[in-house]
Amino acid sequence: MASGMGGIRTAGDMVARMEFSKNMKIGKAKEYVAKKLGLSSLEIADEHIMRELRDDLKIGVVTGVPNAPRGIAAKMNIERLIDTKINSCEIFREVTKKR
Amino acid sequence: MSKFYTRMGDGKRVMLTKEQIVNDIQAGFADAADMAGVADLTANEIEQLFEIISDKNRIVGVEPGNEVVVSYDIGQLDFTGDNGNSGNGIDVGRRESALLHERALGADTFELAHADYSIKPVKPIIANEMQTMEEIQSEIIIPYFYGAMPNSGLYYAPDGPYGNPADLMREFKIEEAMQAAELTADHLARDIEYVAPKLVSAGADGFNFDTTASAGDADFVGTLKGVEALRKECPNTYILLGMAGESVMGIHGSIEYKGKVVAGTYPHQQVKLAEQAGANVFGPVVNTNTSKSLAWNLARSVAFVKECVKVANIPCHVNMGMGVGGIPMWETAPNDAVTRCNKAMVEIAKVDGV
Repeated sequence: MASGMGGIRTAGDMVARMEFSKNMKIGKAKEYVAKKLGLSSLEIADEHIMRELRDDLKIGVVTGVPNAPRGIAAKMNIERLIDTKINSCEIFREVTKKR
Repeated sequence: MSKFYTRMGDGKRVMLTKEQIVNDIQAGFADAADMAGVADLTANEIEQLFEIISDKNRIVGVEPGNEVVVSYDIGQLDFTGDNGNSGNGIDVGRRESALLHERALGADTFELAHADYSIKPVKPIIANEMQTMEEIQSEIIIPYFYGAMPNSGLYYAPDGPYGNPADLMREFKIEEAMQAAELTADHLARDIEYVAPKLVSAGADGFNFDTTASAGDADFVGTLKGVEALRKECPNTYILLGMAGESVMGIHGSIEYKGKVVAGTYPHQQVKLAEQAGANVFGPVVNTNTSKSLAWNLARSVAFVKECVKVANIPCHVNMGMGVGGIPMWETAPNDAVTRCNKAMVEIAKVDGV
């Protein structure tokens, strides 16, 4: 509450992915995600902006919305959105590929 | 002279004047500078710290735009564990706990954990952990790690195969104690190499090595070697390496990682070793002195961590909880103290996460 981004309430999950996958420091990670979303670094931590945007982009929201992608489906959309690979999605593609 | 509500390091509420708070800030900082040779806090930073500590509101927070990423240790044990883990003692499932952290608590990342939260006991139940990881990964969205302490204490007698250095040193068997520590470091590295890639193969976004070096310098070296092996086997996995204290205890005394003696290293030196091993994010820790004030502890913690962040090439997530990061050593850490420490770490030490 004092300092956290708020996870999927905002864009905290995506900023975290940039820190961990690219060793980006917080400012750079927020700028990267903001640019991909067409927002500012301030806006990606704003629940009012991110709630509807996450719903539109189908990348997961905190409330129980029927038919809204969650889990692997949401993460696959996140992969495309911020141009990264997510391990569980890579495994999902591998085990479901046509043989 | 007006006084301000603040805390002692054990959480007890006290009232101090501005002069007392500023004196404690300077003394806390001086302690870190004496120990680790870290740079001075500026006059502006001292004033900023005083303003945070003396804020009249119960809860404070960072300014909009200054939010950072929050990573976790101990996973679902914060719900399920007993008070030894500061857990709530609620027998909720690991899947439910993970999704509650994501959707109710606003966690930026989270992790799966074994009830004993150590690498060694994961080995015999690795298949269980892999299956649970696979299931939760299918539903969770935030980065979801596997977390465990290296906890090399479990490899020493009476719990493990090697002689206990504390017992051996008491008998003046110094060489035997050093050899036991070296064997333990190698064993720990092998166990990390066995456990961690399996969790990654089950879909884990990465691995959180928590409370590293809790059993001293050999624990740190074993972990760094394990991290190196994991990075080699899983080049894209996320690796978080968090520490146990501001200084690494010299249980061995001269054990090295890549030519560097790790005993006695401080956060700004530890982070360079974590970088060399292949960690993505480093978690500096500064322990709380319960006899000193919040101002003393927070200034000391900020001084250590600020230097660590300054020299780091990777993001730093400072450990913030009861007894670390300036926060009082009290199980129900007072929210006024927790939020002040968070704000100071983000806005003065410039951490990338907590």
